[in-house]
Amino acid sequence: MTSLPLLTLMMVVPVLGAVVVAALPTGSVRLARPVALGASLVTLVLAVLAWVAFDAGSGRMFQLTETHSWIPQFGVSYALGVDGIALALIVMAAILTPVCILAAWNDEVVDTPGRFKRYFALMLVLEAFMVGVFAATDVFLFYVFFEAMLIPVYFLIGLYGGPQRQYAAVKFLLFSLAGGLVMLVSVIAVYFAGPGGENGFLVEQLVGNVNGSTGALRWMFVGFFIAFAVKAPMWPVHTWLPDAATEARPATAVLLVGVLDKVGTYGMIRFCLQLFPEASQWATPVVLTLAVISVVYGALLAIGQTDMMRLIAFTSISHFGFIVLGIFAMTSVGGAGANLYMINHGFSTAALFLIAGFLVTRHGSKRIPDYGGWQRVTPVLAGTFLVAGLSSLALPGLSTFVSEFLVLQGTFMRYKVAAVIAALGIVLAALYILLMYQRVMTGPKPAFPEDAVPADLSHRERWVVAPIIAAFVVLGFYPKPVLDVLNPAVRTTMEIVGVTDPSPAAEASGSAK
Amino acid sequence: MPAVVSAALPAAFEQVQIDYLAIAPMMVVVAGALVGVLVEAFAPRERRHGIQVGLTIGTLLVALAVLAVWSRDHLAVTLGGSMAIDGVALFLQGTLLGLSVIGVLVMAERFGGTGSDAFTPMGASTPGSAQETAATRAGYATSEVFPLTLFAVLGMMVFVAANDLITMFVGLEVLSLPLYVMTGLARRRRLLSQEAALKYFLLGAFSSAFFLFGAALLYGYAGSSDLGRIGTAITTNAGELDGLLLPGVVLTLVGLLFKVGAVPFHSWTPDAYQGAPTPVTGFMAACTKLAAFGAILRLTYVGVGSNRWDWQLGVVVVAILTMVVGAVLSVTQTDVKRLLAYSSVAHAGFILVGVLAFSKAAIGGVMFYLLAYGATTIAAFAIVTMVRQDGSEASHLSQWAGLGRNHPVVAGAFAFLLLAFAGIPLTSGFTAKFATFAPAVQSGTAGVVMVVVGVLASAVTAFVYVRLIVLMYFTEPTPGVVALTPSVPSTVAITLGVLITVVAGVFPTWVLQLAGNASSFLL
Repeated sequence: MTSLPLLTLMMVVPVLGAVVVAALPTGSVRLARPVALGASLVTLVLAVLAWVAFDAGSGRMFQLTETHSWIPQFGVSYALGVDGIALALIVMAAILTPVCILAAWNDEVVDTPGRFKRYFALMLVLEAFMVGVFAATDVFLFYVFFEAMLIPVYFLIGLYGGPQRQYAAVKFLLFSLAGGLVMLVSVIAVYFAGPGGENGFLVEQLVGNVNGSTGALRWMFVGFFIAFAVKAPMWPVHTWLPDAATEARPATAVLLVGVLDKVGTYGMIRFCLQLFPEASQWATPVVLTLAVISVVYGALLAIGQTDMMRLIAFTSISHFGFIVLGIFAMTSVGGAGANLYMINHGFSTAALFLIAGFLVTRHGSKRIPDYGGWQRVTPVLAGTFLVAGLSSLALPGLSTFVSEFLVLQGTFMRYKVAAVIAALGIVLAALYILLMYQRVMTGPKPAFPEDAVPADLSHRERWVVAPIIAAFVVLGFYPKPVLDVLNPAVRTTMEIVGVTDPSPAAEASGSAK
Repeated sequence: MPAVVSAALPAAFEQVQIDYLAIAPMMVVVAGALVGVLVEAFAPRERRHGIQVGLTIGTLLVALAVLAVWSRDHLAVTLGGSMAIDGVALFLQGTLLGLSVIGVLVMAERFGGTGSDAFTPMGASTPGSAQETAATRAGYATSEVFPLTLFAVLGMMVFVAANDLITMFVGLEVLSLPLYVMTGLARRRRLLSQEAALKYFLLGAFSSAFFLFGAALLYGYAGSSDLGRIGTAITTNAGELDGLLLPGVVLTLVGLLFKVGAVPFHSWTPDAYQGAPTPVTGFMAACTKLAAFGAILRLTYVGVGSNRWDWQLGVVVVAILTMVVGAVLSVTQTDVKRLLAYSSVAHAGFILVGVLAFSKAAIGGVMFYLLAYGATTIAAFAIVTMVRQDGSEASHLSQWAGLGRNHPVVAGAFAFLLLAFAGIPLTSGFTAKFATFAPAVQSGTAGVVMVVVGVLASAVTAFVYVRLIVLMYFTEPTPGVVALTPSVPSTVAITLGVLITVVAGVFPTWVLQLAGNASSFLL
């Protein structure tokens, strides 16, 4: 254990970076990018230190904890800490942020210094909030980060996005805000249903201590769940995501879909399941139905898209369906799979968005029919795009296969029909990814004027793609280190909910279930 | 009931006991206001503005210091039971004085002219007449707004401390009359301003009549206008005059709910807010609301709380209507002042939710909300005064387009204040909402229903504020719209407003502690 407040430092460093970037004088505005990258790399180093300091076998619910009284009148503490799930997500966020900053290197021109600086400053602020939201172990503090992080994303989309950016930004904000405000009622109610007192919002105080009538607890569960379902996003409250993802810059889309939306699924585990075990089991049939619909609906709509970014957004809706399925299957295999899926989905979506973004900067169009034959022009780009796509369709050997398999296996142990229907999602995934690859990359070589043949991936772009592809391959063959960190937290969650894995014998005899 | 009447009359004339230190802040304000009137009569015209501003701010600060140093050790029911200087009264009076300082700093803005920029040089002249032009040329200025403000502040201070219905009525009138006058004194769009003043006055007079009638009925019921005795009468009366009680409560509440702008008594709010000189609008929105909620708290908690089961449901409906109507109608507004007016209606609804929780925590929460909302509101209206097109205030929303591009600091401050109105965490708006909603959730089903409506209404209002932010940041600027550079006083005012909004959002502990400790009434 280290005595450094690592989690707080991981928020302070990006914020300081953002302040420095925003305060750069117009003359030296070019420094914005290296400073931002530096700050995010320092954060990554801190994240690695946190990973090293974390002891998977310690048996405590949270580690690296910091607790300070903040608003004792409300029972609010500034309390940070991580379990395996939160730590893995934080490390993922810390890896993806420098990657995104590097990917966004040329998004803005230096000629408009204010705009240029703010772009990178906002990304760093967002990183701080991402760390905070996963590390908060106080329900109120979590809510604060949950709502506050909407603001930087809102500006990242609304100021720097595509032609429909205002619409997309407002839609994103309103969906999230409405969900969040509904959650606020539950947040307040949880405090009064819990032990109360000056630190009555601490998750550790609340777990197992939220008492009330069954009806009241179920309503509180619903309040939390709606907010997380909007965030995750699940059918039918997903409609903001395709707009936001296609209008945002690719780097923003990665942080939004790859990291921020995980707050939804993370919140389901941390708050819905752990605080309201009974209500979670009560809601399981509905949630599983919605999850299965999301899987199939997202995949079907992805097939029908002609806009690459929208297509990737719909694949994410399908994948989030799998994650929710794994969470609410309430088996240790499904839970581990869902958590691993969150990490893998972060990387595979990042690769797809960023490489598609590189393609779009070369040709200026997001429409799939505008492409064709590009593997003859930009072979490295095409190759990495294929690998990213294969990761998204869960090819064995790449990381997503492991997690998708675990989710389906875990679900099948208890809910066979749901697992079988969801398995269709894998078939459809092959369809949408390979069709897109075929239309964009294969075919006759497109004709370009002599002097305007698009270049293949530059060094910078290769540095963006390399760590992500390395992540899928390593996690695909050797997911154990991550699973070792995740498993204790998954077990804790199951103990709190009070479910055990159905044993094969019970399964054989109890055919009624 | 002859027996009751004779019992209420004392046998011989008794001099009332007065705790002068308890009421000293109010006396300081009266003295300042009277000196202000003399300054108006005797000081040379060109120096009046400076003297009045200095005198007013000085008076308010001295009163605040007196309150903080002496009055708070002299909690007492004094002046023959007509004033209760208790924690609630002192907290609200202190907040009032503080907010008034900020409000007066905004009123003092001259933008390089001879008198306050917001006020007409001569209120009595016909708009557009030769007389008005002559007054402008001669350098007239309506510096009497400053003593008028002090009188209004005095009325508000009496209002929040009034422990009997007569004193409450006196406070109501003393605070209202100066505001009616000030509403009609706008320098620009004077017809609109005068119309607003007339409307505000007529509806205000009606509501005063309601209040007075209600007070008479309650006196008839309890044999006393003292709030404490009314409370006792409700629990001890054998039921002989019960028919007077409920109408009395309803009518007094109507009078008070009018002042906070609760639906369906809100129709004056948008017109008065739009027509009044913008600094006065800010002052009204913050301080009148605070004073009226102070009176509502005292009337409902000290006076008629014990039969609340008879009338609470009605006020719950009013609160829900207030939130919904305020939020929904703010969506359709095209004028920034009217938009903020409807938003203030919605905020009145949120505060009512807290009032109806009937707990000690609720009193603290409501007081915190009033402080936080007041500071944010005054700063927001102060920024509205700065945004100009061709010299007059650019209050139409389309004129705010692209402000963020040309005036990043002004737009940034305004956007931050809007986020506070929307209740985004890390602003005072969120802390305040939490402080009022939490006791409501605890209070029972009606509370939970109101809070659910409240958060949904918040989502609607958030849309409105976000649209304004979109307009300021994401659209092309309107040519000719500029944000004037404010002078030192209004810069200080805006800075204070923004600072309070930040601090009450991020480190609210101290203020919450203060409000929490002050949240009990003396009977």
